[in-house]
Amino acid sequence: MTEYATILFSEVLKILMLLVPVLVSVAMIVWLDRRVWAFVQKRRGPNVVGPFGLLQSLADALKYIFKEIIIPASSNKVIFILAPIITMTLALISWAVIPFSEDFVLADINVGILYLFAVSSLGVYGIIMGGWASNSKYPFLGAIRSAAQMVSYEVSIGIIIINVLLCVGSLNLSDIVKAQENVWYIIPLFPMFVIFFISALAETNRPPFDLPEAEAELVAGYQTEYSGMMYAMFWLGEYANILLMCALGSILFLGGWLSPINIFPFNVIPSPIWLILKILLLFILFALVKAIVPRYRYDQLMRLGWKVFLPLSLTWVVLTAGYLMYFDLLPGN
Amino acid sequence: MKIRRFFKTILMIDFLTGLLIAIKESFRQKKTINYPFEKGSVSPRARGEHALRRYPNGEERCIACKLCEAVCPAQAITIESQERSDGSRKTTRYDIDMLKCIYCGLCEQSCPVDAIVQGPNFEFATETREELYYNKDKLLENGDRWESILAANINADSSHR
Repeated sequence: MTEYATILFSEVLKILMLLVPVLVSVAMIVWLDRRVWAFVQKRRGPNVVGPFGLLQSLADALKYIFKEIIIPASSNKVIFILAPIITMTLALISWAVIPFSEDFVLADINVGILYLFAVSSLGVYGIIMGGWASNSKYPFLGAIRSAAQMVSYEVSIGIIIINVLLCVGSLNLSDIVKAQENVWYIIPLFPMFVIFFISALAETNRPPFDLPEAEAELVAGYQTEYSGMMYAMFWLGEYANILLMCALGSILFLGGWLSPINIFPFNVIPSPIWLILKILLLFILFALVKAIVPRYRYDQLMRLGWKVFLPLSLTWVVLTAGYLMYFDLLPGN
Repeated sequence: MKIRRFFKTILMIDFLTGLLIAIKESFRQKKTINYPFEKGSVSPRARGEHALRRYPNGEERCIACKLCEAVCPAQAITIESQERSDGSRKTTRYDIDMLKCIYCGLCEQSCPVDAIVQGPNFEFATETREELYYNKDKLLENGDRWESILAANINADSSHR
């Protein structure tokens, strides 16, 4: 009995050691997002709470905790409460398979990328449940848009991942990183990286694809009826998802925890720091994109997803597979 | 033309140009100020918090003509007056409801002796409504506190009056 207790305790401790930093960095990333946005617009951004305003998100979180949670009378209460919980849980459990270094990964499972893909597909449920259970028109329309958008871009992300998997020959995320020891996949698969980045923007409902939250048309989309901590959970889940997409991008294309050049000052820096730097780089790109682009129209968004990205990435799969077959470079042979 | 546009789209020229501009602009000087710590300039004509002024010898300027009370479109001003022992007419009550006031500046314009003026102070938020029902003491205190600036502002604007 005590053996099980110690195993349970050590596992919970490990999970906490991963989750607490992730949650703290989500708070920091919100600050970074607002700050980058402000800088592009020549504003100052949040700079009052703590040094450089770093604690702004904590102050906001504290505010959300003390706010009243309003549950609309006509809503489906169980699903209404469940929706933000699902969103946030799904955004956090995906972090289990992200490898921070050679041996620092919570669950080194062989189908890591499939797991990630499955969990991020499930993320739609949180949104659609929230929109449906609110029993109100704006959340409903926002949820429909959001679900349609996430499903369509999920497809092209899946095919882009197939490109990488063809080169690696394994679904394990650590193997994917190790396969990039010689050359990062951003170099041979650069067009795929661009499409992955844009699809990731759409997948996480970021501008220019933030249609579900288009405030001019839909108030706040599926979040309209939420308040207090439940709103904050949607918000945390959203940013945790963005961070996860940045992590996935850096693992698939930017060589994960590997240092860019294997020479002295670079290979001494511990590998998790390299991963974090790459995630930050991608995130700053996310934030800059938010600052410079106008919003897509709904039909344009669907056209881009189904008529441009899907054929493009499919063609690239054929090209990659053909190239690997022709030069007999297929992994495992 | 069409081919040019095709390559522009494929290579995302417009997007990359925008990205470069965004990065360049983010290192430029900020257009906003760090508000509570630094403040923008205030025009001498600014219509902020009200004040009742005094003559340099300490005598109140207000002669209880009640022009401001009459002209006030929001009816925020209430004045009661009485003859003082030396025979001059002075106010016994001069209230402004700062919540009713629309800060139009008509009271200041109507005043024949420059007694009621609107100063440069715009930061007089309070935690209760009651604190914004200003009485004569409060207004005179404002006048004493801002007198140097008020006099300078009236002087600066005098050629336009």
